[in-house]
Amino acid sequence: MAHGTAAVAKVDSPRSPYVRRKTTRGNYELYSWVFMRASGVVLLVLIFGHLFVNLMVGDGVHAIDFGFVAGKWSNPMWQVWDLLMLWLAMIHGTNGVRTIINDYATRDLTRGILKGLLLLAFTVVVVLGTLVIFTFDPCPPDAPAELLASFCTA
Amino acid sequence: MPTAPAGTLYRGREGMWSWVAHRVTGVLIFFFLLVHVLDTALVRVSPEAYNAAIGTYQTPIMGLGEAGLVAAIVFHAFNGIRILLVDFWAKGPKYQKVMLWVVVGLFVVTMAGFLPRHLINVFTGGH
Repeated sequence: MAHGTAAVAKVDSPRSPYVRRKTTRGNYELYSWVFMRASGVVLLVLIFGHLFVNLMVGDGVHAIDFGFVAGKWSNPMWQVWDLLMLWLAMIHGTNGVRTIINDYATRDLTRGILKGLLLLAFTVVVVLGTLVIFTFDPCPPDAPAELLASFCTA
Repeated sequence: MPTAPAGTLYRGREGMWSWVAHRVTGVLIFFFLLVHVLDTALVRVSPEAYNAAIGTYQTPIMGLGEAGLVAAIVFHAFNGIRILLVDFWAKGPKYQKVMLWVVVGLFVVTMAGFLPRHLINVFTGGH
């Protein structure tokens, strides 16, 4: 037994400063938590307004057709409204589903695949929706006049 | 026999079930949103394509589905405000149970305003 002889284990000096091991990747989750609350309040106003105008006013869901959409998107206010609603709702919803995947998918591979699909859906829907709002033509020249808004023929 | 810890804010009852309902309604709304952007995108294909797609939203069965969707959105919205109050209002955690019943009350009032009008539109309106 080499008790108390040359082979003494090296021990850190008790006076050496404590170094915290970095266990997070920054404040991402904090920002995500704040974003859910801030965007939630804005979405309440945007979506309640959207539902009221599209489902409660006039004939409700029966009034919606191409001419109805053309009438709304010829007004920049509704373009901005719908664009903001698209982006905020997609980020809010994607982040919520991300949280749920993190909670229930325990295998790394499963979690990775699900989050990959989620990111793909997010990208496709946001890019498509944004392009549609900005490139929409309320009076397409080759379309039958009776399907278009009244201001196209006036 | 281990017993469940008592007195935690979110175990069982109103706190946990409102959290479950918030998740379920959130996921429902998210998947509808994906479909809804795709159907709206048909306005870039042609007026006929868009009208055909939106026509399927005007059937009685889809009308009931829209009622369910609006119910999910209204609950998620009001319970979201309750979450904000639990997080940022000093007395929020103390009143979280009472606030859930306020959410349920506001939900009933809002749906009482929406449902008759929507169902009349769905079952007697238009085409």
